[in-house]
Amino acid sequence: MTPTLSGRIQTRLFLVATVAAVWTLIIGPALVPIAGGGAGISDVYRLAFGALVLVAVVGIAWELLYHGLQQYRWEKDWPTLFGLVTGLPEGIVVFALLSAGLPWDVGDVPTDAFTVHFATTWLVIWLVANGPMRVAFIRWRFRGGQLL
Amino acid sequence: MNGDDTVIVGRGGSDRGGQGDLTDHLIETSLWTDQDVEAAGIPIVDVPFVSVGAGLGSFAMVDFLRSGGVPVGEIRVLGDSITPTETYEYLATNSQIPRHERLRSDSGSVMDNIWGFPSYALREAWSKRSPRRVWQVVTEPILDEYFTPQAGQVYESVEREAKRIGWEDMVVLGYVRMVRKRHGGGYFAVQTRTEPRGTTRLAYRCRFVHLAIGYPGVAFLPDLQEYRDRTGDFTRVVNAYEPHDHVYEEMRRRPCTVLVRGSGIVASRILQRLFDDRTDRGAQTRVVHLFRNYVAGPQGDSARFRRPGANGFAYQAFNFPKAAWGGQLRVDLEKLDGEGRAELLGKMGGTNTAPRRSWKRQIEQATADGHYEQQVGSVEAVEPTPTGDAIVTRIRTSAGDRHEINAQFIIDATGLLARLDEHRLMADLMEHTGADTNPYGRLDVEPNFEVRGTASEPGRLYASGSMTLGGYYAGVDSFLGLQYAALQIADDLADHGLGKRIRTARSVSQWWRWMRNREP
Repeated sequence: MTPTLSGRIQTRLFLVATVAAVWTLIIGPALVPIAGGGAGISDVYRLAFGALVLVAVVGIAWELLYHGLQQYRWEKDWPTLFGLVTGLPEGIVVFALLSAGLPWDVGDVPTDAFTVHFATTWLVIWLVANGPMRVAFIRWRFRGGQLL
Repeated sequence: MNGDDTVIVGRGGSDRGGQGDLTDHLIETSLWTDQDVEAAGIPIVDVPFVSVGAGLGSFAMVDFLRSGGVPVGEIRVLGDSITPTETYEYLATNSQIPRHERLRSDSGSVMDNIWGFPSYALREAWSKRSPRRVWQVVTEPILDEYFTPQAGQVYESVEREAKRIGWEDMVVLGYVRMVRKRHGGGYFAVQTRTEPRGTTRLAYRCRFVHLAIGYPGVAFLPDLQEYRDRTGDFTRVVNAYEPHDHVYEEMRRRPCTVLVRGSGIVASRILQRLFDDRTDRGAQTRVVHLFRNYVAGPQGDSARFRRPGANGFAYQAFNFPKAAWGGQLRVDLEKLDGEGRAELLGKMGGTNTAPRRSWKRQIEQATADGHYEQQVGSVEAVEPTPTGDAIVTRIRTSAGDRHEINAQFIIDATGLLARLDEHRLMADLMEHTGADTNPYGRLDVEPNFEVRGTASEPGRLYASGSMTLGGYYAGVDSFLGLQYAALQIADDLADHGLGKRIRTARSVSQWWRWMRNREP
């Protein structure tokens, strides 16, 4: 899929709200022991869904940046690899914002649990965006990722 | 649309033509009545949808319709081959892409799968039990070159899909030379067949017609066409798209000089073949490459619209930038009309080739070894040498100098013929059915690929493929472009009552049927 700006944003919001949310629900119990420090499942979900909110909201700013960079590519595309490696800077920013108490206070962010959650969620989103999305939405790839 | 003399057929291929001929009245009349056709003795077949061409354009169209729930009995495909890849393979093989070589098409442009998933790269990795192609498609074009499928993979998978959708039951062999509007709505598509009992004709009375006839033929540069017309020499001056193996055979027998004209993807293929023959088959060929427009460096004044270029070639992975198929450039183009559209198309397209490392290496090596040289200039004359064993090409450089190039062969790698008036059906369509040309001189279509000016309420006439270049979509002459057009047309047909729109539930269930190789 070669994204347009609105396609980027729509696809991100859709995948975070669906695929990432379901994945987070599934992986939550496995994160409890990794988080340690007496954290319960509700603490883990508080952390994980906080991260998803940031991926969605701050992600809009990231998409504006990516779209700007895309203008310097002749093909006006966004290689698959970029979609994967941008998880690194985005993850760092989300970690910093969570630590600063955004979008809500989660106390000290357990680094291991955050990393496992963020990395696996990012990977699942990336995999779904690179194949199964086309099956569910046959026009999606021709419309730059727009769903509406 | 039922007439008294209607011939009802159950399955394609069995539609029987009659001896009736096109009368002067029919030929001269743009709007036909049922009585006109019956009076001429041409049997009528009623079918809602007809696709003319029977190549990959028709195949993409029918693949979508079948997934949209249109039964085999409501579709007829009219063309001269039962195999949808036949013409494509013929042209690809001539232009030196045998089955094991790779096409210029991306992993997700999957001809036999309307979703593009699983992609060619995943399927090749699976069949070869090797992660190499997955790595390539994940890291393209940053750490690796774009993945492109092997020609054979495309042909074989299309064959499988053709069986799944009942292709052979829909195809009826024969040429369609006219599509005329019908009094009362819809169209007549007249098919002519040469059979042992003589020429027969059939009139398909249909509400919807789709045209995907491809290129009318090969095109020669004017000076080479003039040379062939004047001398009758079809052996030494050849087109890359016509059979020309004798050229390579001769070059293996004795040292020759060959002049290659053109700098697009086909020229790259031809150069590869010539260099491969030197390294693998002992040929002693010297290659002179003549450029009309030499690309010395990147093209474009703006950092945000600059195409890579070097050594004479403009480089991009596919014939248009990737975003022309579904990204921001598709959106930009759809907003433009007339000259503005032609200008953007020209900037994104034009003559260009793929930046493959293996090709660049071959050229560097051959240049260093002294058996490849580049010349830039316009051709003033092409003539046989007095001894008749070579051809001399007289060129004039931009500085005004004159040079002569002697070569045993000239390969014209500049393209295929795209003039509409060279095709009987297209010429007839413009004269009688209301079709017109776009800023590129090809068939003028709406964004949904309906041919402008040809509606015959409640019928519609659509076109896809190379003949629609210059319209609102750039990549029409590509696998993904054919699928894009097919989807637009299928949606419009669904709005007009033929088949259903492929929404999420249908899409997923049809995909699952595809995965299990069950009929749609």
